[in-house]
Amino acid sequence: MQDFSILIGGSAGSGVDKSALVLGDLLNQSGYRVYIYHDYPSLIRGGHTFSIIRAAQTKITAHRDRIDFLLGLNKETLDIHKTRLDDSGKVICDSEILKEAALPKQIRTLAIPAVKLVKEENAPEIMRNTCLIGAFAKAAGIKIELLEKVLRDNFTKSIDKNIKIAKKGYDASELMESISPPVHDILPLISGSQAMGLGLIKGGLEVYVSYPMTPTTALLHFLAEQANEFSLKVVHPENELSVILMALGFAYAGRKTAVGTSGGGFCLMTESLSLSAMSEVPTVIVLGQRPGPSTGLPTYSCQSDLHFALYAGQGEFVRFVVAPGDLEEAYYWSASALNLAWKYQIPSIILTDKNLNEGISNFDVNDTGEIKENDPYLWDGTTGYRRYEDNKTGISPLAFVPDKNAVIKVSGYEHDESGITTEDAVVTKKMQDKRLRKEKHLAEELKSFPTVKTYGNEEQTTALLCWGSAKGICVEIAQKLGLKVIQPIVLSPFPEHAFREAIRGIKKLIAVENNATGQLVRLIKAHGIDVDDTILKYDGRPFTLDELEKIVKEKIA
Amino acid sequence: MSQSNLDTSTPNTWCPGCGNFAILNGIKKVLNELSEEDCPPEKFVLLSGIGCHGKIVDYVNVNSFYSIHGRSIPIAEGIKMANSGLKVICFAGDGDAYGEGLEHLIFAAKRNIDITVIIHNNRLYSLTAFQYSPTSELGFKGGSTPNGSMESPLNPLELMLASQATYLARGTSQGMNLLTRLFREAIMHKGFALVDVLQVCVTFNNLYEYYAKRVYELENHDPGDFQAAFNAIREWDYNSDSRIPLGVFYKKEAPTFDEKLISSPADLKRRDGKIRQFLSKRM
Repeated sequence: MQDFSILIGGSAGSGVDKSALVLGDLLNQSGYRVYIYHDYPSLIRGGHTFSIIRAAQTKITAHRDRIDFLLGLNKETLDIHKTRLDDSGKVICDSEILKEAALPKQIRTLAIPAVKLVKEENAPEIMRNTCLIGAFAKAAGIKIELLEKVLRDNFTKSIDKNIKIAKKGYDASELMESISPPVHDILPLISGSQAMGLGLIKGGLEVYVSYPMTPTTALLHFLAEQANEFSLKVVHPENELSVILMALGFAYAGRKTAVGTSGGGFCLMTESLSLSAMSEVPTVIVLGQRPGPSTGLPTYSCQSDLHFALYAGQGEFVRFVVAPGDLEEAYYWSASALNLAWKYQIPSIILTDKNLNEGISNFDVNDTGEIKENDPYLWDGTTGYRRYEDNKTGISPLAFVPDKNAVIKVSGYEHDESGITTEDAVVTKKMQDKRLRKEKHLAEELKSFPTVKTYGNEEQTTALLCWGSAKGICVEIAQKLGLKVIQPIVLSPFPEHAFREAIRGIKKLIAVENNATGQLVRLIKAHGIDVDDTILKYDGRPFTLDELEKIVKEKIA
Repeated sequence: MSQSNLDTSTPNTWCPGCGNFAILNGIKKVLNELSEEDCPPEKFVLLSGIGCHGKIVDYVNVNSFYSIHGRSIPIAEGIKMANSGLKVICFAGDGDAYGEGLEHLIFAAKRNIDITVIIHNNRLYSLTAFQYSPTSELGFKGGSTPNGSMESPLNPLELMLASQATYLARGTSQGMNLLTRLFREAIMHKGFALVDVLQVCVTFNNLYEYYAKRVYELENHDPGDFQAAFNAIREWDYNSDSRIPLGVFYKKEAPTFDEKLISSPADLKRRDGKIRQFLSKRM
């Protein structure tokens, strides 16, 4: 099979996420490229949660509505998702559950006595999913040796028991359709959070401070788990006010630090975002978007905080805002955002969302682009130290406590070059000019970065315009329909020149965004560029391939 | 850096007679003494929030972070966690630390992080021109409460004791000898230390005489005894006209957050290899 999908679903707490990882790894190690989408409500036990594992010949970062295999851990899963199956659809499920489900006759079913097999082995109920994974492996023609290897790779406890249960499922199963995968070098299968964490580490991260909030909680967990391996300090303080304040303290003392949050936490951080800008103490914020306003849909996805990221904080100041669209970009730009924050002594915001952070796909570390080493401007100790020395670039020399030759005074109040408070009109203007001057130099440097990317048919006059996690699906559809895709990655300072180059020759520009008002549309309009049409989705769910393809076809017809 | 004199050339803008001068002189005296011993001046970092007290960092020529209202404490914690060899001293007002940023104070105490917090407690908001604060007495008539505040004050030391602070003391801006002794002890204390300074605002709330009649120094008090500390702290509730004890209420040795957080220095050169190693396990 060239391109197919498996849906596994059940109630929260029945191991759906873990099963999806195992199935994804099974297909990855078979030679496919894989993408995993997790859909779950905000609760611990019960409810309905599902994952879609899509396998294809080339790299993918989107899922389809239509599925080929449905693995149901309860009846509800079959009821909700049976409409996703077409005539060639296959259902693998516990025998008793299958009896109760009224499935259309043409759907092929495989009844596995999973409940009974697990009971016979005195295994915990949760292992029913391992049993179904075993049954799927046989049904798809996957060798039992590979199944065993993947289970060993993915479980740290009860490994033998899981393998035993999986083999029972395998034996109770039968071949439905051999998948005959392509031959590929295998690439690691990781989440967006992991790619971002590794990128920050690559950029020299020493400290990560965060308060748990979906969709950046997994990044906190990942870095906390890797803290010893990479000599990181990871701190979880009382709230997001404290998160960014502690980060400023660490950075003042010379430690490269990042924080992570979502919109609500970022609301609390805005006061100190402004402090970071005024004191010129660098900070890096991973801002994972989810639908708002307010609590919104905590565990779903959206792209509705672009303008919040661009304008948050009182006063006028330079900021770097970047929205990576896939794992390689997440890695590259997380490292770069950290470096640029330190070089220009500004706040950097990595704007991401639940789709990118929690989506799992193949990551090629050799295909991220070369990350530039960009050392901060350090004080050389030759003249008297002034933390806010006014100069041609506006970038003043950094020194860190303790330094016996420097008194290092920083301030959120307007201050003179030594960091002493001022309310003088002339000094106020001079210092504001100094800080704002950095933007010109940052924008100049960014000309050597891939700030705007294009894909697909370069000759085409119709293009899809997207940003962030909508990239993958737009590229896939554009390739299929012969369109061009334009993806601005850096959003502040806006790379207007590169963007104008990218849209040269385009007659029809269609924006695709996961929000209700077209935030990128508004941003480019402020630069004098109009789009011709918009495709917006704001129900918390990402576009699916089938859905977006249909809409795009209508728009270009 | 010649540090025998810690003055800056910044003109001081506090009102003549302001209690803040006692805190400024006290801290400079202690910093000079400690510098002459084994703690060089570059190892000190001073922080302040917003309010009259905030200007203190402009008046002392050592490293400083002039932060925002109520928020100096988490920054101080970050600095201490970054480098546990630093002596980090946070100046804060009563509106600042007991109001706007109260949660940070509680959590810093709970962590027993090794920082020193000195509260300029004038028991009202001065710089915003006269409003009641978390430690103003019930019925305080200020700009926002012309008919009198409707809240009883907080006893911040009682709250800090409950929050597991390991050094708690009170001084006044009238008693320089005691104040400098407390500052020195608080700075040298390993763990979270707070000195509540009854700092008189001569312009809006001149309590010099009021305090002079009521304060006394604790004697025969064992600061290692939690119950004794609790009782001494509760003798005055910041509201009644009872006697006001001064001195060290509580002192305890306990492990600090910053010493628990120490990690080995990052070996940046080996990171690429380790990243690839991590990825190879995901294949």
